[in-house]
Amino acid sequence: MPRNLPKTDVVIVGMGAAGGVAALPLTNAGLKVVGLEAGGWLSPRDFAPDELRNGARNWPQSVQKAAGEAPTVRATAADQAVQGGHPMMNAVGGTTMHYWAQSWRLNPWDFQLVTATRERYGASRIPAASTIEDWPFTYAELEPYYDKVEYAVGISGQAGNVQGNINPAGNIFEGARNREYPMRPLRASPFTDIMGMAARNLGWNPFQGPAAITSELYDGRPPCQYHGFCNKGGCHVQAKSSTAFTVIPKAVDTGNLEVVTFARVINIVADNNGKVTGVDYIKGNETFFQPADVVLLASYAYENVRLLQLSKSRAFPDGLSNNAGQLGRHYMSHHQGSPVLALFDRDLHNWYGLPAQGVAIDEWADDNFDHAELDFIGGANLWVHTDRKPMAAAKMSTFGVVPSWGSDWKAFIMKNADRSNMSYIQKTTLPYEDNYLDLDPMVKDSLGLPVTRITARYRDNEKRIAAFSQDKMEQWYLEAGAIEVTKFGPGNAMGASTHAYGGTRMGLNSDTNVVNEWGFSHEAPNLGILGGSVMGSSGSRNPTLTVQALAWRTSEYLANNWRSVVG
Amino acid sequence: MAGNNNNDKTQSEHLATDQPSNPSRRNLLKGVGVVGAAALSGAATSNLIAADAPPGAGSAADSIVAREALEVLTALEAETLEVICDCLIPSDDNGPGAREARAVHYIDRSLAAHNSAARHDYMIGLSAVNDYAHQTGNKAFHQLDRDQQNAILLAVQNDNLDGFAPSSGGFFNMVRSHTIDGTFSDPYYGGNRDFIGWDMIRYPGIRLGASESDVAQGADLAPNHQSAYDHSTYTKMAQNMRGIPDSRVRGGRDHA
Repeated sequence: MPRNLPKTDVVIVGMGAAGGVAALPLTNAGLKVVGLEAGGWLSPRDFAPDELRNGARNWPQSVQKAAGEAPTVRATAADQAVQGGHPMMNAVGGTTMHYWAQSWRLNPWDFQLVTATRERYGASRIPAASTIEDWPFTYAELEPYYDKVEYAVGISGQAGNVQGNINPAGNIFEGARNREYPMRPLRASPFTDIMGMAARNLGWNPFQGPAAITSELYDGRPPCQYHGFCNKGGCHVQAKSSTAFTVIPKAVDTGNLEVVTFARVINIVADNNGKVTGVDYIKGNETFFQPADVVLLASYAYENVRLLQLSKSRAFPDGLSNNAGQLGRHYMSHHQGSPVLALFDRDLHNWYGLPAQGVAIDEWADDNFDHAELDFIGGANLWVHTDRKPMAAAKMSTFGVVPSWGSDWKAFIMKNADRSNMSYIQKTTLPYEDNYLDLDPMVKDSLGLPVTRITARYRDNEKRIAAFSQDKMEQWYLEAGAIEVTKFGPGNAMGASTHAYGGTRMGLNSDTNVVNEWGFSHEAPNLGILGGSVMGSSGSRNPTLTVQALAWRTSEYLANNWRSVVG
Repeated sequence: MAGNNNNDKTQSEHLATDQPSNPSRRNLLKGVGVVGAAALSGAATSNLIAADAPPGAGSAADSIVAREALEVLTALEAETLEVICDCLIPSDDNGPGAREARAVHYIDRSLAAHNSAARHDYMIGLSAVNDYAHQTGNKAFHQLDRDQQNAILLAVQNDNLDGFAPSSGGFFNMVRSHTIDGTFSDPYYGGNRDFIGWDMIRYPGIRLGASESDVAQGADLAPNHQSAYDHSTYTKMAQNMRGIPDSRVRGGRDHA
């Protein structure tokens, strides 16, 4: 039997991007919160600028709980599912410790793409097999929460639309924001300047993208030093606005947040009336039961869905909050593949760049361009950035010019190591009937519990966006002087991704969605779900800021409506 | 967007004051580099043993080399792999390569640690390479001439030869990847000796901060030849973070 612990008001499963943000409004409101985290605390001393350890060996993700429960992946139900890696980190702060930290708001279209597509092009333009729905609210509803997170966490960027005033230095396609970003954008680099000029030559509107990285002294944290080890590494000066260095310490300082590290949640307990009563977790060799009035699940899309699927009870025989059979459905992982690779005839000076230090083009994203004569909906945000490290540089493509080893190869990389650039193109991805998450019947984690199985593939809409956006990217590189351009294929199966959406979708209709418009289960009213798993559309940009805005909104709703949620 | 250079400088200077935790280690490494490179360039056919000196006969650096173990590879495996690495990233008119960077030393150490799962594939693969060498030239791989060695490696890469695990192409790609890792990763891991790899591709080195003018100079920036672990912050010896609080001290319970 699990050892019973004292009851708390709220238990949050996962102290990462979403759970860390959710803790702050709750603890500020005086609620007692226990945050269960599968990883431990890391400090800036853990973030050595070491490409081998961080980039190639995936420290510390490779030795964590998540590594043992990596999803299996197959394109269709007829294929054999194969286990890959797990992209996320167990730590206080979660993957915000080592992510690239681009921190976008979704565009207004992403919230209402069904209605908008019907009105502009007709309902027939929505792929028949897609299960896409409008969000239960518009961009304007989420705007105040985007704003709160941008200021509480610390986002740098250039506004393009403040209360309807368009500023072409920023994204002219973004939804109206109430005010500027709290910090100016990260600085440009020689290469992003070249790309920005090329974009303007094409009549496009380039801008420095938003990042959860300080560009100036902010809230006691120093500005980014541009040493360039963001990718899979944490920040040595805490310039990256990880929840571990921003909202979580603030919540701890209220005296109302207790963080329990190395706690491995295995079950969410529900009573016979369909309410949740707490969670079981393993720490060391002991199992505990943490009772709580409210459970907030914030363990990333895959683990959110898996924990619910594993949590079977009399009230929920097919998994918690799955009596409508919607758990695991409407799954998407962002189509971030199909990049374009370019070679230039001069050094690009990218040795100290970061992934978030980039220049963006939004002309071909969402519905920012006319699709009347096209055969797809949605689009792509084009992004070029400045990250380069020596091992990866030496492993660069040879563009078919020389063999992959020997003296000619050596001469090639000596000349070209700082001359290539790989674009990052994030594309609208839709949910489909046959794309879903369930429990793998064969593969188990170290406790013997089944891992998640992903069954999902890209369809025509995603592949057409990929081809269209690659043409635009090629055009951009060539305008900037690229001498070689390579396009990569569209892919098929949707592998495990840091941009995973759906599985516990948010919507008003309880027949097709797991959580309501506030993020609480349609079936278990005191269970809230945080993270990309509630998002019904992918957008064409990084999800974390939207995940955090939603987490703040759910958490604030809970604090303001405690009695009605607890019942 | 102009960055705040003053702030940048202040912070990077603050961090740059961190001294290497063990300055003598750095000097020793540099010594090994000079002596080793000289020994190798003097004898094109030299192998690991040839660079040795009797104990006490040379500088401190020599005795470091003499005491170095092969942690996983056999002597023949190490000799074979040394030549493979030299074929992949050769020492040539453009300067030193994987051999001088000591990629084999890196690989041997990694096979005892992070890459231990690859030990079997190396054992089988290197043995197969020598089998093909005997079939081709009736000699061990490292005794063939360079054209014969390159021809065998090309076949291993492209021809799906028998006798490899998991496949000859897979073995080749793994060795190529590890050779690059050993040549271009942080010298802490035993390769990239004397920053040969980083100098080869004009990587100016790890810096804890890069100003706009540093970036504008790009690869023309003077290489600083520092390992991440020359910064005591990241070593076991670090006392504290001097001004950067450790979030752990803020609270949280160690156990439920």
